[in-house]
Amino acid sequence: MSEQTQTAELTTGQAHASGHGDEHAAGHGHMVSYGTYFIVWLGLVALTAITVTIAGIHLGSLTLIAAMLIAAVKTTLVGYHFMHIKYDNVIIKVFILVCLVIFLTFWILTFSDLSFR
Amino acid sequence: MANGSLANEVSYLEYEGKHKGIMGWLLSVDHKRIGLMYLMGIMIFFFVAMTLGVLMRLEMLTPGETIMKPSTYNSVFTLHGVIMVFLFIIPAIPAVFGNFMLPIQIGAKDVAFPRLNLFSWYLYMAGAILAIVSLFVGGGAADTGWTFYVPYSIRSAQNVTMTTMAAFVLGFSSIVTGLNFVVTIHRLRAPGMTWFRMPLFVWGLYATSWIQVLATPVIGITLALIMLERFMGIGVFDPALGGDPILYQHLFWIYSHPAVYIMILPAMGVVSEILPTFARKDIFGYKQIAISSLGIALIGYLVWGHHMFVSGMSDTSRIVFSLLTFLVAIPTGVKIFNWVATLYKGSIKFSAPLYYVLGFIFIFSIGGLTGLVLGALATDIHVTDTYFVVAHFHYVMFGGMGIMFFATMHYWFPKVFGKMYNEKLAVIACTVIIIGFNLLYFPFFIMGYMGMPRRYYDYLPQFQGWHILSTVGSWILVSGIVFMFGNLLYALLRGPKASMNPWGGTTLEWKVPSPPPLENFDEIPIVTGGPYVHDKSTYIMHPSKEGINANGAVKTVNQEAAL
Repeated sequence: MSEQTQTAELTTGQAHASGHGDEHAAGHGHMVSYGTYFIVWLGLVALTAITVTIAGIHLGSLTLIAAMLIAAVKTTLVGYHFMHIKYDNVIIKVFILVCLVIFLTFWILTFSDLSFR
Repeated sequence: MANGSLANEVSYLEYEGKHKGIMGWLLSVDHKRIGLMYLMGIMIFFFVAMTLGVLMRLEMLTPGETIMKPSTYNSVFTLHGVIMVFLFIIPAIPAVFGNFMLPIQIGAKDVAFPRLNLFSWYLYMAGAILAIVSLFVGGGAADTGWTFYVPYSIRSAQNVTMTTMAAFVLGFSSIVTGLNFVVTIHRLRAPGMTWFRMPLFVWGLYATSWIQVLATPVIGITLALIMLERFMGIGVFDPALGGDPILYQHLFWIYSHPAVYIMILPAMGVVSEILPTFARKDIFGYKQIAISSLGIALIGYLVWGHHMFVSGMSDTSRIVFSLLTFLVAIPTGVKIFNWVATLYKGSIKFSAPLYYVLGFIFIFSIGGLTGLVLGALATDIHVTDTYFVVAHFHYVMFGGMGIMFFATMHYWFPKVFGKMYNEKLAVIACTVIIIGFNLLYFPFFIMGYMGMPRRYYDYLPQFQGWHILSTVGSWILVSGIVFMFGNLLYALLRGPKASMNPWGGTTLEWKVPSPPPLENFDEIPIVTGGPYVHDKSTYIMHPSKEGINANGAVKTVNQEAAL
């Protein structure tokens, strides 16, 4: 992360001049077609159907893993397309990645307890 | 924000802006006033929780019922824990002194989001009011202990829902403050204030803030799930519905163990401020102390399972969490050794804040080392849920954060209020507090080792001698605390005026008037060196008066920072 040491005034000014501007450019610069949204939505519906189907099949401990994997793919699709993370700048993506890594660490440590119990 | 030149002619205490009187405080977005409003709230809750603690000790003076019934005792220790943890220990140093000192120490006029800062105080007060209301409505005060363990918290007829709601709201306040501090530290440092020129208190706040932002949401969702269990029986935790009560403990401690570091890291930051000031020398191992704060925050995330060794968790997880717990001792040890090394060959000036710090190092070392007894699987099983655990966390929480809160109040009192306290009385109070503290809590270690269980209102006659000793200790401790606050209160009303830098401190807050003006600085200073240099000034307080081109300086410094 590039660090800038600045005065309060400079920071506020720059936030208006660059950061805010970028956001606007990003928001208006990438018009997403209804077609794309529709295809993503169809994908989400299909994944939901798969989740429901898998829940009915006896897979043992794989049931939970399969459900979580499908949920992860769905979350990625929603975040990437509907929440416009696809068009955000790198720093936002890095922050999301850091949060995901922390979440995964919590998840693995917690659920590994379950599987060893 | 007010007009800079006008606002800086008077102190933040005297300045009258758009709103006057009490509204001038309640609607103020000045970080210093908000810090003092936190101080007011936190002190009230501290005294309430302290009173509850004294009542518990009175109950334990004799076996059987002394002054309260068992159910009342359950509610009293729950409330003591909830108030102390959520309303005092977690917010005290970051919300009061973090708010007050962080912007000044990094050379800024305020935090990054002043209105959000005020909103955070209102959230804190809303959570506090909810906690207090929960005592008097519904089925009575919660009786689960501050951990709200399931399945009891789901089935208790007492008012658990409102108390968890209070903790939920307080969590929001904590997240918002943490976010504000992270942004402030990243974006508002003065020119030349590179990462490794920041005071170590700021490093402590930075590590803390990340924990607040990343861990607090976990407790939020966990407490929300308890409410859903109580109202809708969703069956996530309730074993009767196929839920997993151990999952609750995982989720609770995923937040609540890092919360221990929210409590202690800012306190450790203040230790690193006080020692170089009163040893008259640069801190030993600046970078190691700074990085160890992040190390503690990082490893501290991964050790929560050591609270659950006897919960029925898997053996593999027990071993993993025990190993990780031992690792967190390393960055803590780095700090302790560096602090002691800072005193070596220093020109030490013994003063009340330093006495508190020395007391802290002694007490916290005992707390830390007994933590290893609890982190080791075999010994933990013997002392789990005994007074040993209660002694351990009072040594690290009260002996660590509480004692350092008192140290902080004395260290920054002249800066915050512009008055000096009576040094001799302050040292006497400190001595009484440290004696009372050890007399109160050290017998807990012995009783715990002998098998005295925690959270019982009754005990076998063989423990009575230790309980009497401990209760007498509580009287001495409370006398010391009341004496200390009396001394500070007298100083506030009648104390002599404090100079700009009564201790010979080297960080930026000692370069502005006592108390500071509304916007802290006439001009944003330029930083030219480290924070604890005693033989030369490392700040240019009025760059324009000294003919320094601010733009040029900013450029040069940015180039340096980029390196």
